[in-house]
Amino acid sequence: MTAEAVIQSLASGLLMGLIYGLVAAGLALIFGLMDVVNFAHGEFLMTSMYAAFGLYLAFALDPLASAPFVAGAMFVFGAVVYLGLVRFAMSASANAGMVQIFATFGLAITMRGLAQLLFTPDYRSIPHSWLGGKTLKVAGIFLPAPQLAGALVSLAAFGALWLVINKTDFGRALEATREDAGAVALVGIDKKRIFALGWGLGGALVGLAGAVLATFFYIYPDVGASFALIAYVTVALGGFGSVFGAFAAGILVGVVEAGTAFILPASLKYLGIYALYLLVVVLRPRGLFGSL
Amino acid sequence: MAGSSHDSARRNNLILAICVAAAVACLPLVVKDVYIQNMLVLTLMYAALSQSWNILSGYCGQISLGHALYFGLGAYATLLLFTKFGVLPRFGMIAGGVIAAAVAAAVGYPCFRLKGHYFVIATIVIAEAGLLLMLNWDWAGAAMGIEVPVRGDSWAKFQFARSKLPYFYFALGLALVAWIVTWKIEDSRWGYWWRAVKDNAEAAESLGVVVFRSKMAAAAVSAFLTAVGGGFYAQFVSYIDPESVMSFQFSLLMALPAVLGGIGTLWGPAVGAAILIPITEVTRSYAGGTGKGFDLIVYGLLVMGIALGRPEGIVGAFSARKRAKTA
Repeated sequence: MTAEAVIQSLASGLLMGLIYGLVAAGLALIFGLMDVVNFAHGEFLMTSMYAAFGLYLAFALDPLASAPFVAGAMFVFGAVVYLGLVRFAMSASANAGMVQIFATFGLAITMRGLAQLLFTPDYRSIPHSWLGGKTLKVAGIFLPAPQLAGALVSLAAFGALWLVINKTDFGRALEATREDAGAVALVGIDKKRIFALGWGLGGALVGLAGAVLATFFYIYPDVGASFALIAYVTVALGGFGSVFGAFAAGILVGVVEAGTAFILPASLKYLGIYALYLLVVVLRPRGLFGSL
Repeated sequence: MAGSSHDSARRNNLILAICVAAAVACLPLVVKDVYIQNMLVLTLMYAALSQSWNILSGYCGQISLGHALYFGLGAYATLLLFTKFGVLPRFGMIAGGVIAAAVAAAVGYPCFRLKGHYFVIATIVIAEAGLLLMLNWDWAGAAMGIEVPVRGDSWAKFQFARSKLPYFYFALGLALVAWIVTWKIEDSRWGYWWRAVKDNAEAAESLGVVVFRSKMAAAAVSAFLTAVGGGFYAQFVSYIDPESVMSFQFSLLMALPAVLGGIGTLWGPAVGAAILIPITEVTRSYAGGTGKGFDLIVYGLLVMGIALGRPEGIVGAFSARKRAKTA
């Protein structure tokens, strides 16, 4: 009985953790590339969830089917945010770190306000998605189908990301820019273009995450806030900027969350994540997988 | 020579502050509208809070986005001590300040080793953990919060149902005290140490600045003043729940006036609050009442505009120009 319950909660923690990893991937990518923390990351996620919801209402598209379109739209959105806002924040004459924080915070607040204006603060959900409410029983363990699908999307996305980073010219340019943004200019790589594409790719990843979450989570203007904090924790645990560190850290966060909910009341489940963050950064100030 | 012009500049600043405070104190003679008085109270309160935030984040350079924790601690300490033990609010605010300073030191002990984004996120995480605990603490009212029991208007109970003016003068006093503390510190050994820590912690350490203790002191002073502000706010609104005093938005609201006015400057927080709070209050009441999010949009655009357009803040830009002129 107890052993079964432990395995059950581990399994759901693992699924959720893979999704957390996907939510954090774009944040980690952008941070690694250019040392900028996007404090509007949660609002990127919120926007993706509304996009999936809108496509469902308009074309009865299931979020799993519309995920590529949402990701594509968020690619454009991410690149536009870089070109229209972040680019200027990075060239600020004073307090550059502070400017980046508050420029992206301002964007977050604006996006939240726009969501309230356009969609009202009501909670929405997608009532009849393909997998909604279905569960799979594997060896006596119940796996909720939407979360399982989300975890598989996350695995596929990280696999594709690995290929992009290691096997394409763009990936090599990305890695080179990340290591030395000054030097790449000498070999003819346009730094700004790589940054814009990096923000696009980060947006696309969070777009996938938003579509996946829309299948089983409520959609409302503030939905990004709690996921964003988890994403910051995940990225920091993974060692800022390490995309695959974020993948591993996401799994750890999911499992710790499930474990906390097992011991403490469910309303306190985030405490375990916060404690994990503090413990790791205090003992290992560069995160679990961070170099330097 | 340089010393005497420095001293006279400091004296002029103090005289200016007293004149501004005196002028603000006269405002109620002309401003009779309760809505505007309410706005003035909030403006003064945020001037005080942002000045407190500025001590740790501006002067000492440790960017905190978790000051809502200290604000909430002050608010809860004041109301809990009053409703459960009958302790008068004025002592409750001081107790809240002491508790917040102790928590800041306890939190700072592990966290001041963290750098950059790791530190900023730690401050957010700790404040959110505090919020979660308050939401689940039944004795303190949990998510329902606590209300100030009505005991009639008096300074002892710090309740004034009939007039906003006592709150107004208290908030003015608080803003002035926070300003004077900053003014005093600016020229003290601590002030020089903090700026050294902010500019280059390693270099400061090698020159004999006790970096860790400097940060701890800045955090304690900053948290104490923030908590007194929280205690005041609790009495002012007379009902609090965890979301209304400890949510992340307060951490932002405390930082933004200083960011607008000029981080690490003496006048930045007050100037920033005087501009920012009326704008947000007016948009909130004219457009936000509908729940449509106009107020958030205006606010967010303002924050982006400030960050991009005035990275050194209004006061910072002004003094940079003055320095260029005299040089």
